[in-house]
Amino acid sequence: MLALIIRRVIQSVVVMLTVALIAFTLFRFVGDPIAQMVGQDTSLQDRERLRQELGLNDPIMVQFGNFVVNTVQGNFGISFRIGRPVNELIMERMPATLELSLIAALFALLVGIPMGVYTGLYPEKWLSKLFLTVSLMGISLPTFLIGILLILLFGVILGWLPTFGRGAVDQFGWWSSGLFNADGIRAILMPAFTLGMFQLTLIMRLVRSEMLEVLRTDYIKFARARGLSNRAVHFGHALKNTLVPVITITGLQLGSIIAFAIITETVFQWPGMGLLFIQAVDFVDIPIMATYLILIAAFFVIINLIVDLLYFAVDPRLRVERAVGGH
Amino acid sequence: MQAITRSIDSFYRFLDSDVYYSFRSSKITMVAAAFTVLSFLAAIFSPWIAPQNPFDPAALDLLDAFTPPVWEGGGNAKYLLGTDDQGRDMLSALLYGARISLVVGFGATIFALVLGVGLGLVAGYVGGMIDGFIMRVADIQISFPTILIALLINGIARGILPKEAHDEMALYVLIFAIGISSWVQFARTVRGSTMVEKNKEYVQAARVIGRRRGTIMIKHVLPNVMGPVLVIGTINLAIAILSESALSFLGVGSPPTEPSLGTLINVGFDFLFSGEWWIVIFPGIVLATLVLAVNLLGDWLRDALNPKLR
Repeated sequence: MLALIIRRVIQSVVVMLTVALIAFTLFRFVGDPIAQMVGQDTSLQDRERLRQELGLNDPIMVQFGNFVVNTVQGNFGISFRIGRPVNELIMERMPATLELSLIAALFALLVGIPMGVYTGLYPEKWLSKLFLTVSLMGISLPTFLIGILLILLFGVILGWLPTFGRGAVDQFGWWSSGLFNADGIRAILMPAFTLGMFQLTLIMRLVRSEMLEVLRTDYIKFARARGLSNRAVHFGHALKNTLVPVITITGLQLGSIIAFAIITETVFQWPGMGLLFIQAVDFVDIPIMATYLILIAAFFVIINLIVDLLYFAVDPRLRVERAVGGH
Repeated sequence: MQAITRSIDSFYRFLDSDVYYSFRSSKITMVAAAFTVLSFLAAIFSPWIAPQNPFDPAALDLLDAFTPPVWEGGGNAKYLLGTDDQGRDMLSALLYGARISLVVGFGATIFALVLGVGLGLVAGYVGGMIDGFIMRVADIQISFPTILIALLINGIARGILPKEAHDEMALYVLIFAIGISSWVQFARTVRGSTMVEKNKEYVQAARVIGRRRGTIMIKHVLPNVMGPVLVIGTINLAIAILSESALSFLGVGSPPTEPSLGTLINVGFDFLFSGEWWIVIFPGIVLATLVLAVNLLGDWLRDALNPKLR
């Protein structure tokens, strides 16, 4: 067990170093950092001096070492385009993305699990077939198209909901929240639905297949033989046992939600990290791209690590078959 | 001559097979297959059947811009599905756009398939350190979503290539980015079945008579592990088309000079608020239907090829 934890932690560190290396390569070799920082009329001597000061003449391994140290200290450099420190920019944008992702995940869980349980318990009813058809469409409809259709219906035709932005936000220290006033809540409805839709179909299908499998097992037959009510069998015995994989998959999907937020944020002009990133890609603003990359990788690595460790703690059978979803 | 009789033979055998029977007995699969084949044909022959070449500036008339579809007031019979902001015929743009979406989707899937099957075969057959290394990389890669990896590779290519070169290379960059982000599924499956196959007698026999390792892998093991690959490939095609459209929608995919369905949606999105809904809705419908059809085919293929479900 201990050996396993150590191995997983080492693996995570290797992943983070690889990502850092990619980010560093971006930084150092895509375009000339000096040319990005100074104006046209800076003399060659000044450029050389700046180069020396920034340590760009050091051996490459030393530079990479410095980069890693800077990153660990949260020093990500200055955005080429906006001219402000990247960590400030990211900190401003992070609450928007995290709130959106959290609401989307909650929506997917709270709607997806009941739908999955229902389709698992009554596979032949017409409502189950409807749910399954809708879920196939949920997988086939690209996220941005769902967003566009929602905007067309609720924003343009009916005019009920705002079509872009976060609405009003309240400030709590550095955290800006849109969840404590009606305007902000109205603004989050469509983006959260759009982002959560794919996860919802995933969770629903997962719960359904787990329920179908569990209901065939012997201990369910035994519970029925003991004369327990349907309710107790379905929810006390069956559902409880389907939840372990659901929780772990949802954990893994949390990372995907944050990554997929790029698309949703673009559709709704939601001022989060994803929008910042995609604008940075447009302008080849390397510091922001590199920082976002490292940050998302860190999210993923930490979530994966926790989920993996949970697997081994909760259910030894899952060591063999790990399902990983998403695309 | 013999080759012809043999292929006719195998065609009759196919008509007699379980797979064909299960195809005939599922109406929805037949509809999906018909739609998929139709879109392939439309995409292949788009230069001949499209009413206008949408990318030839000389063919466009700005005065016709924003013509609504023919059944709306103010429609023009010349433009069945209306025109966009440049006066481009939407139907033609759709046909050309579907072509680019399919080219990128197929290209990326084939790239991922060749890479994944190759690596999976080597990992499964050779084993040891090589296997460990390939599978660790796969483990790490699969924990990141495809779209993020594709975005990253695309972003790097943008940084490295000069602007003009990038527009020219855009489709190849897309195929590479999407392909390399989806090889893992293929590799895992092929590795698993290779490890089973390599201990079977026919492989031992081939080894005993002294065939080389590479030959055994390609001529003996490969044909026996390809079944599931077909299913993954079909589902992967749908995913690749979706990834391409997502990247194009974000503005980092196919350039406006060669718009795929995603690029058309991206362009049309700007006009949603001013009431020109057809510029964005039609590409959206085509994209969703195409992906749904391919997904349905993939679902059916998985069930039809799985003897456990019969």
